[in-house]
Amino acid sequence: MTRAVHDLGGQPAGPIELAEHERTFFDQRVDAMMRILAHPEHGYYTVDAMRRAIESLSGDQYFELGYYERWVRAIRQLVIEKRLISEDELNRKLTALKMARRLA
Amino acid sequence: MSGDHHHPHGDHAHDHDPHAPVSEVHGVSAESALLERALRELLIEKNVFTADDLRRQIELTESRTPELGAKVVARAWADPQYKAQLLADAKPAIENLLGIDLNLTPELTVVENTAARHHVICCTLCSCYPRAVLGIPPAWYKSPEYRARVVREPRQVLAEFGTVLPDDVEIRVVDSTADMRYMVLPLRPRYTEHLSEQELVALITRDSMIGVSVLTDSQR
Amino acid sequence: MKPTFAPGDKVKVRAAEVTTHCRTPHYLRGKRGVVTRVFGAYPNPEQLAYHQIGVPYLPLYQIEFDFKEVWGRPARATVITADIFQHWLERDN
Repeated sequence: MTRAVHDLGGQPAGPIELAEHERTFFDQRVDAMMRILAHPEHGYYTVDAMRRAIESLSGDQYFELGYYERWVRAIRQLVIEKRLISEDELNRKLTALKMARRLA
Repeated sequence: MSGDHHHPHGDHAHDHDPHAPVSEVHGVSAESALLERALRELLIEKNVFTADDLRRQIELTESRTPELGAKVVARAWADPQYKAQLLADAKPAIENLLGIDLNLTPELTVVENTAARHHVICCTLCSCYPRAVLGIPPAWYKSPEYRARVVREPRQVLAEFGTVLPDDVEIRVVDSTADMRYMVLPLRPRYTEHLSEQELVALITRDSMIGVSVLTDSQR
Repeated sequence: MKPTFAPGDKVKVRAAEVTTHCRTPHYLRGKRGVVTRVFGAYPNPEQLAYHQIGVPYLPLYQIEFDFKEVWGRPARATVITADIFQHWLERDN
Protein backbone atom coordinates (compact mmCIF):
# COMPACT_ATOMS: atom_id res chain seq x y z
CA MET A 1 0.00 0.00 0.00
CA THR A 2 1.18 3.52 -0.64
CA ARG A 3 1.91 5.57 2.41
CA ALA A 4 1.99 9.35 2.50
CA VAL A 5 5.15 11.10 3.67
CA HIS A 6 3.64 12.44 6.90
CA ASP A 7 1.92 9.18 7.91
CA LEU A 8 4.63 7.97 10.26
CA GLY A 9 3.03 5.56 12.74
CA GLY A 10 5.21 2.44 12.99
CA GLN A 11 7.87 3.53 10.48
CA PRO A 12 11.50 2.69 11.33
CA ALA A 13 13.15 5.58 13.16
CA GLY A 14 16.08 6.26 15.42
CA PRO A 15 16.36 7.61 18.96
CA ILE A 16 14.25 10.58 19.97
CA GLU A 17 16.21 13.83 20.38
CA LEU A 18 15.01 15.06 23.76
CA ALA A 19 16.69 18.47 23.84
CA GLU A 20 14.29 21.37 24.24
CA HIS A 21 14.44 24.07 21.59
CA GLU A 22 13.77 27.70 22.19
CA ARG A 23 11.26 29.24 19.86
CA THR A 24 12.78 31.86 17.58
CA PHE A 25 11.03 34.96 16.25
CA PHE A 26 10.77 33.06 12.97
CA ASP A 27 8.91 30.22 14.70
CA GLN A 28 6.62 32.63 16.53
CA ARG A 29 5.74 34.64 13.44
CA VAL A 30 5.06 31.62 11.27
CA ASP A 31 2.96 30.07 14.02
CA ALA A 32 0.99 33.30 14.47
CA MET A 33 0.45 33.80 10.72
CA MET A 34 -0.88 30.29 10.45
CA ARG A 35 -3.23 30.78 13.44
CA ILE A 36 -4.62 33.99 11.97
CA LEU A 37 -5.01 32.67 8.43
CA ALA A 38 -6.65 29.44 9.64
CA HIS A 39 -8.74 31.07 12.38
CA PRO A 40 -11.97 29.05 12.73
CA GLU A 41 -14.22 32.13 12.54
CA HIS A 42 -12.67 34.47 9.99
CA GLY A 43 -9.87 32.40 8.56
CA TYR A 44 -8.96 32.16 4.90
CA TYR A 45 -8.43 28.42 4.97
CA THR A 46 -8.73 25.54 7.43
CA VAL A 47 -6.12 23.73 9.48
CA ASP A 48 -7.01 20.74 7.31
CA ALA A 49 -5.94 22.63 4.18
CA MET A 50 -2.73 23.56 5.98
CA ARG A 51 -2.08 19.88 6.75
CA ARG A 52 -2.80 18.92 3.15
CA ALA A 53 -0.31 21.52 1.92
CA ILE A 54 2.38 20.27 4.35
CA GLU A 55 1.70 16.68 3.29
CA SER A 56 2.22 17.61 -0.36
CA LEU A 57 5.91 18.35 0.27
CA SER A 58 8.30 15.79 -1.17
CA GLY A 59 9.84 13.26 1.21
CA ASP A 60 13.19 15.06 1.01
CA GLN A 61 11.64 18.43 1.84
CA TYR A 62 9.46 17.01 4.59
CA PHE A 63 12.39 15.52 6.49
CA GLU A 64 15.08 18.09 5.70
CA LEU A 65 13.09 21.21 6.49
CA GLY A 66 12.46 22.35 10.04
CA TYR A 67 8.93 22.21 11.41
CA TYR A 68 8.11 25.87 10.82
CA GLU A 69 10.00 25.84 7.53
CA ARG A 70 7.44 23.29 6.36
CA TRP A 71 4.70 25.56 7.63
CA VAL A 72 5.95 28.66 5.84
CA ARG A 73 5.96 26.76 2.54
CA ALA A 74 2.42 25.54 3.20
CA ILE A 75 1.31 29.11 3.93
CA ARG A 76 2.87 30.19 0.65
CA GLN A 77 0.95 27.53 -1.26
CA LEU A 78 -2.37 28.35 0.43
CA VAL A 79 -2.30 32.15 0.20
CA ILE A 80 -1.63 31.75 -3.53
CA GLU A 81 -4.42 29.15 -3.86
CA LYS A 82 -6.80 31.50 -2.07
CA ARG A 83 -5.57 34.43 -4.21
CA LEU A 84 -4.57 36.53 -1.22
CA ILE A 85 -1.25 37.03 -2.97
CA SER A 86 -0.27 36.27 -6.55
CA GLU A 87 2.81 34.31 -7.50
CA ASP A 88 4.09 37.43 -9.32
CA GLU A 89 3.67 39.66 -6.29
CA LEU A 90 5.50 37.20 -4.13
CA ASN A 91 8.37 36.87 -6.58
CA ARG A 92 8.68 40.67 -6.86
CA LYS A 93 8.74 40.96 -3.08
CA LEU A 94 11.37 38.24 -2.71
CA THR A 95 13.56 39.93 -5.32
CA ALA A 96 13.19 43.31 -3.59
CA LEU A 97 14.12 41.82 -0.21
CA LYS A 98 17.16 40.11 -1.67
CA MET A 99 18.29 43.38 -3.29
CA ALA A 100 17.85 45.27 -0.04
CA ARG A 101 19.88 42.65 1.76
CA ARG A 102 22.71 42.91 -0.75
CA LEU A 103 22.81 46.69 -0.40
CA ALA A 104 22.79 46.58 3.38
CA MET B 1 15.15 22.72 29.76
CA SER B 2 17.47 25.04 27.86
CA GLY B 3 16.42 28.64 28.29
CA ASP B 4 13.13 29.98 29.48
CA HIS B 5 10.50 29.28 26.89
CA HIS B 6 8.17 31.94 28.26
CA HIS B 7 10.44 34.61 26.87
CA PRO B 8 11.60 34.77 23.30
CA HIS B 9 15.34 35.20 23.25
CA GLY B 10 17.16 37.96 21.45
CA ASP B 11 16.61 41.65 21.14
CA HIS B 12 13.03 42.82 20.88
CA ALA B 13 14.08 45.92 18.99
CA HIS B 14 15.22 43.81 16.06
CA ASP B 15 11.84 42.17 15.80
CA HIS B 16 10.22 45.19 14.19
CA ASP B 17 13.28 46.62 12.49
CA PRO B 18 12.60 46.42 8.75
CA HIS B 19 16.35 46.56 8.07
CA ALA B 20 17.27 43.73 10.41
CA PRO B 21 19.32 41.11 8.57
CA VAL B 22 17.37 37.94 7.87
CA SER B 23 20.34 35.96 9.11
CA GLU B 24 19.28 36.79 12.68
CA VAL B 25 17.06 33.73 12.50
CA HIS B 26 18.78 30.75 14.09
CA GLY B 27 18.58 27.29 12.62
CA VAL B 28 16.46 28.36 9.68
CA SER B 29 17.68 28.64 6.11
CA ALA B 30 18.02 32.11 4.59
CA GLU B 31 15.47 31.03 2.01
CA SER B 32 12.86 30.17 4.64
CA ALA B 33 13.51 33.39 6.55
CA LEU B 34 13.16 35.43 3.38
CA LEU B 35 9.93 33.66 2.46
CA GLU B 36 8.47 34.31 5.91
CA ARG B 37 9.32 37.97 5.69
CA ALA B 38 7.96 38.34 2.16
CA LEU B 39 4.66 36.66 3.04
CA ARG B 40 4.28 38.63 6.25
CA GLU B 41 4.98 41.97 4.62
CA LEU B 42 2.67 41.30 1.67
CA LEU B 43 -0.19 40.07 3.85
CA ILE B 44 0.16 43.16 6.06
CA GLU B 45 0.32 45.47 3.01
CA LYS B 46 -2.88 43.86 1.74
CA ASN B 47 -4.62 44.23 5.10
CA VAL B 48 -5.17 40.50 5.48
CA PHE B 49 -3.90 41.13 9.01
CA THR B 50 -2.04 43.89 10.75
CA ALA B 51 1.31 43.83 12.49
CA ASP B 52 -0.68 44.33 15.68
CA ASP B 53 -2.84 41.23 14.98
CA LEU B 54 0.36 39.25 14.61
CA ARG B 55 1.79 40.59 17.86
CA ARG B 56 -1.42 39.84 19.76
CA GLN B 57 -1.56 36.31 18.35
CA ILE B 58 2.02 35.70 19.47
CA GLU B 59 1.16 37.01 22.94
CA LEU B 60 -1.88 34.76 23.18
CA THR B 61 0.13 31.73 22.11
CA GLU B 62 2.93 32.51 24.56
CA SER B 63 0.40 32.93 27.38
CA ARG B 64 -0.61 29.29 27.04
CA THR B 65 1.89 27.32 29.08
CA PRO B 66 1.88 23.96 30.89
CA GLU B 67 1.10 25.81 34.12
CA LEU B 68 -2.51 26.01 32.93
CA GLY B 69 -2.70 22.26 32.61
CA ALA B 70 -0.99 21.89 35.99
CA LYS B 71 -3.66 24.03 37.68
CA VAL B 72 -6.34 21.81 36.20
CA VAL B 73 -4.54 18.68 37.42
CA ALA B 74 -3.99 20.05 40.94
CA ARG B 75 -7.66 20.96 41.27
CA ALA B 76 -8.72 17.53 40.03
CA TRP B 77 -6.49 15.88 42.65
CA ALA B 78 -7.84 18.12 45.40
CA ASP B 79 -11.52 17.95 44.49
CA PRO B 80 -13.09 14.62 43.42
CA GLN B 81 -16.21 16.35 42.19
CA TYR B 82 -14.14 18.60 39.94
CA LYS B 83 -12.23 15.58 38.69
CA ALA B 84 -15.47 13.85 37.75
CA GLN B 85 -16.61 16.94 35.80
CA LEU B 86 -13.22 17.22 34.10
CA LEU B 87 -13.18 13.61 32.95
CA ALA B 88 -16.80 13.77 31.79
CA ASP B 89 -16.59 17.09 29.91
CA ALA B 90 -13.20 18.77 29.98
CA LYS B 91 -13.80 22.07 28.21
CA PRO B 92 -16.35 23.68 30.54
CA ALA B 93 -14.49 22.39 33.61
CA ILE B 94 -11.26 24.00 32.35
CA GLU B 95 -12.92 27.23 31.21
CA ASN B 96 -14.57 27.71 34.59
CA LEU B 97 -11.41 27.02 36.56
CA LEU B 98 -8.96 29.06 34.49
CA GLY B 99 -11.28 31.77 33.20
CA ILE B 100 -10.14 31.22 29.60
CA ASP B 101 -12.31 30.93 26.52
CA LEU B 102 -11.94 27.61 24.71
CA ASN B 103 -14.85 28.18 22.34
CA LEU B 104 -12.69 28.34 19.23
CA THR B 105 -10.09 25.78 20.25
CA PRO B 106 -10.32 22.11 19.29
CA GLU B 107 -12.25 19.61 21.39
CA LEU B 108 -10.49 18.45 24.53
CA THR B 109 -10.62 15.21 26.50
CA VAL B 110 -8.73 14.48 29.71
CA VAL B 111 -7.63 10.88 30.27
CA GLU B 112 -6.73 9.66 33.74
CA ASN B 113 -3.58 7.76 34.62
CA THR B 114 -3.97 5.38 37.52
CA ALA B 115 -1.83 2.75 39.23
CA ALA B 116 -3.22 0.23 36.73
CA ARG B 117 -3.50 2.24 33.52
CA HIS B 118 -1.09 4.68 31.86
CA HIS B 119 -1.99 6.89 28.88
CA VAL B 120 0.59 8.49 26.61
CA ILE B 121 -0.54 10.90 23.90
CA CYS B 122 0.83 11.39 20.41
CA CYS B 123 -0.07 12.44 16.89
CA THR B 124 1.38 10.13 14.26
CA LEU B 125 0.01 12.22 11.37
CA CYS B 126 1.15 15.71 12.35
CA SER B 127 1.50 17.47 15.71
CA CYS B 128 -1.97 17.65 17.32
CA TYR B 129 -1.51 18.62 20.96
CA PRO B 130 -3.64 20.23 23.69
CA ARG B 131 -2.13 23.66 23.00
CA ALA B 132 -4.89 25.47 24.89
CA VAL B 133 -3.69 24.01 28.19
CA LEU B 134 -0.08 22.97 27.52
CA GLY B 135 1.12 25.58 25.02
CA ILE B 136 3.31 24.78 22.01
CA PRO B 137 4.40 21.13 21.90
CA PRO B 138 8.05 20.33 22.60
CA ALA B 139 10.25 19.63 19.58
CA TRP B 140 10.47 15.90 20.34
CA TYR B 141 6.66 15.57 20.32
CA LYS B 142 6.65 16.85 16.73
CA SER B 143 9.68 14.79 15.69
CA PRO B 144 9.36 11.96 13.15
CA GLU B 145 11.07 9.65 15.67
CA TYR B 146 8.49 10.08 18.43
CA ARG B 147 5.58 9.96 16.00
CA ALA B 148 6.88 6.82 14.29
CA ARG B 149 7.93 4.85 17.35
CA VAL B 150 5.56 5.57 20.22
CA VAL B 151 2.73 3.51 18.70
CA ARG B 152 5.00 0.57 17.85
CA GLU B 153 7.28 0.32 20.88
CA PRO B 154 5.68 2.43 23.60
CA ARG B 155 7.52 0.82 26.52
CA GLN B 156 10.90 1.42 24.88
CA VAL B 157 9.98 5.01 24.06
CA LEU B 158 8.83 5.63 27.63
CA ALA B 159 12.09 4.12 28.86
CA GLU B 160 14.00 6.68 26.76
CA PHE B 161 12.20 9.32 28.81
CA GLY B 162 13.29 7.51 31.96
CA THR B 163 9.85 6.04 32.54
CA VAL B 164 9.77 2.34 33.31
CA LEU B 165 6.36 1.01 34.24
CA PRO B 166 5.62 -2.38 35.81
CA ASP B 167 4.64 -5.01 33.21
CA ASP B 168 1.12 -5.28 34.57
CA VAL B 169 0.37 -1.58 34.10
CA GLU B 170 -1.70 -1.24 30.95
CA ILE B 171 -0.26 1.23 28.47
CA ARG B 172 -2.75 3.09 26.31
CA VAL B 173 -1.16 4.97 23.44
CA VAL B 174 -3.58 7.69 22.41
CA ASP B 175 -3.13 8.75 18.78
CA SER B 176 -4.76 12.17 18.24
CA THR B 177 -5.87 11.57 14.68
CA ALA B 178 -8.93 13.81 14.39
CA ASP B 179 -10.77 16.67 16.10
CA MET B 180 -10.10 15.59 19.69
CA ARG B 181 -7.06 16.77 21.65
CA TYR B 182 -6.02 14.80 24.72
CA MET B 183 -4.39 15.78 27.98
CA VAL B 184 -3.27 13.29 30.62
CA LEU B 185 -4.32 13.65 34.24
CA PRO B 186 -1.21 12.15 35.87
CA LEU B 187 -1.30 9.91 38.91
CA ARG B 188 -0.92 11.94 42.09
CA PRO B 189 2.46 11.23 43.68
CA ARG B 190 2.45 9.71 47.15
CA TYR B 191 3.01 11.72 50.32
CA THR B 192 1.55 14.91 48.84
CA GLU B 193 -1.62 14.98 50.97
CA HIS B 194 -0.33 17.88 53.06
CA LEU B 195 0.49 20.11 50.08
CA SER B 196 -1.63 23.06 49.00
CA GLU B 197 -2.99 23.25 45.47
CA GLN B 198 -0.36 25.85 44.65
CA GLU B 199 2.39 23.58 45.91
CA LEU B 200 0.95 20.73 43.86
CA VAL B 201 1.00 22.88 40.71
CA ALA B 202 4.75 23.30 41.13
CA LEU B 203 5.23 19.51 41.12
CA ILE B 204 3.30 18.84 37.93
CA THR B 205 5.44 18.64 34.80
CA ARG B 206 4.46 19.11 31.19
CA ASP B 207 5.75 15.64 30.34
CA SER B 208 3.50 14.02 32.93
CA MET B 209 0.51 15.63 31.20
CA ILE B 210 1.67 14.19 27.87
CA GLY B 211 2.18 10.84 29.59
CA VAL B 212 5.85 10.27 28.76
CA SER B 213 6.71 10.54 32.43
CA VAL B 214 5.24 9.88 35.85
CA LEU B 215 5.58 12.17 38.84
CA THR B 216 7.99 11.18 41.56
CA ASP B 217 6.69 10.53 45.05
CA SER B 218 7.47 13.26 47.57
CA GLN B 219 9.75 12.69 50.55
CA ARG B 220 7.70 11.05 53.25
CA MET C 1 -25.40 12.00 9.89
CA LYS C 2 -26.42 9.73 12.77
CA PRO C 3 -23.85 7.50 14.44
CA THR C 4 -24.11 3.88 13.30
CA PHE C 5 -21.91 2.45 16.04
CA ALA C 6 -22.11 2.44 19.82
CA PRO C 7 -19.50 1.83 22.53
CA GLY C 8 -18.57 -1.85 22.63
CA ASP C 9 -19.26 -2.44 18.93
CA LYS C 10 -16.63 -4.38 17.04
CA VAL C 11 -15.44 -2.59 13.92
CA LYS C 12 -12.84 -2.92 11.20
CA VAL C 13 -11.05 0.01 9.61
CA ARG C 14 -11.38 0.04 5.83
CA ALA C 15 -8.17 -0.94 4.07
CA ALA C 16 -8.63 1.73 1.43
CA GLU C 17 -5.87 3.34 -0.59
CA VAL C 18 -6.11 7.10 -0.84
CA THR C 19 -3.74 9.63 -2.30
CA THR C 20 -5.73 12.65 -1.11
CA HIS C 21 -5.75 14.07 2.43
CA CYS C 22 -7.27 11.86 5.10
CA ARG C 23 -6.94 11.36 8.86
CA THR C 24 -7.00 7.57 9.01
CA PRO C 25 -3.43 6.47 9.67
CA HIS C 26 -1.96 3.86 7.41
CA TYR C 27 -0.90 1.57 10.26
CA LEU C 28 -4.52 1.08 11.36
CA ARG C 29 -6.09 0.38 7.99
CA GLY C 30 -7.60 -3.07 7.77
CA LYS C 31 -7.28 -3.52 11.56
CA ARG C 32 -10.03 -4.66 13.92
CA GLY C 33 -10.95 -2.68 17.00
CA VAL C 34 -13.68 -1.81 19.47
CA VAL C 35 -15.60 1.46 19.77
CA THR C 36 -14.78 3.10 23.11
CA ARG C 37 -16.26 6.60 22.69
CA VAL C 38 -18.74 8.29 20.38
CA PHE C 39 -17.78 11.95 19.98
CA GLY C 40 -20.58 13.41 17.86
CA ALA C 41 -20.27 14.65 14.30
CA TYR C 42 -17.51 16.81 12.79
CA PRO C 43 -16.86 18.34 9.37
CA ASN C 44 -15.27 15.94 6.93
CA PRO C 45 -11.52 16.70 6.91
CA GLU C 46 -11.17 15.10 3.48
CA GLN C 47 -13.27 18.00 2.13
CA LEU C 48 -12.04 20.77 4.43
CA ALA C 49 -8.53 20.15 3.17
CA TYR C 50 -9.61 21.27 -0.31
CA HIS C 51 -11.49 24.43 0.73
CA GLN C 52 -14.89 22.71 0.80
CA ILE C 53 -17.20 23.06 3.80
CA GLY C 54 -17.09 19.43 4.91
CA VAL C 55 -20.77 18.44 4.85
CA PRO C 56 -22.33 16.18 5.80
CA TYR C 57 -20.65 16.16 9.20
CA LEU C 58 -19.39 12.70 10.05
CA PRO C 59 -19.72 10.80 13.32
CA LEU C 60 -16.34 10.42 14.98
CA TYR C 61 -15.37 7.51 17.23
CA GLN C 62 -12.52 6.61 19.48
CA ILE C 63 -11.49 3.08 18.56
CA GLU C 64 -9.37 0.83 20.75
CA PHE C 65 -6.98 -1.58 19.05
CA ASP C 66 -5.17 -4.47 20.63
CA PHE C 67 -1.42 -4.16 20.10
CA LYS C 68 -1.10 -7.61 18.51
CA GLU C 69 -3.89 -6.90 16.04
CA VAL C 70 -1.99 -3.83 14.85
CA TRP C 71 1.60 -5.08 14.81
CA GLY C 72 1.23 -8.85 14.60
CA ARG C 73 3.28 -9.48 17.72
CA PRO C 74 2.09 -9.54 21.31
CA ALA C 75 2.95 -6.85 23.84
CA ARG C 76 1.86 -7.26 27.39
CA ALA C 77 -1.03 -4.97 28.43
CA THR C 78 -0.72 -2.51 25.56
CA VAL C 79 -3.48 -0.93 23.51
CA ILE C 80 -3.62 1.86 20.96
CA THR C 81 -6.55 4.22 20.56
CA ALA C 82 -7.22 6.47 17.58
CA ASP C 83 -10.11 8.63 16.48
CA ILE C 84 -11.68 7.44 13.24
CA PHE C 85 -14.54 8.86 11.17
CA GLN C 86 -17.55 6.67 10.44
CA HIS C 87 -17.01 6.30 6.69
CA TRP C 88 -13.71 4.54 7.42
CA LEU C 89 -15.38 1.90 9.63
CA GLU C 90 -17.30 -1.24 8.87
CA ARG C 91 -19.03 -3.58 11.28
CA ASP C 92 -16.97 -6.62 12.27
CA ASN C 93 -19.11 -9.50 13.49
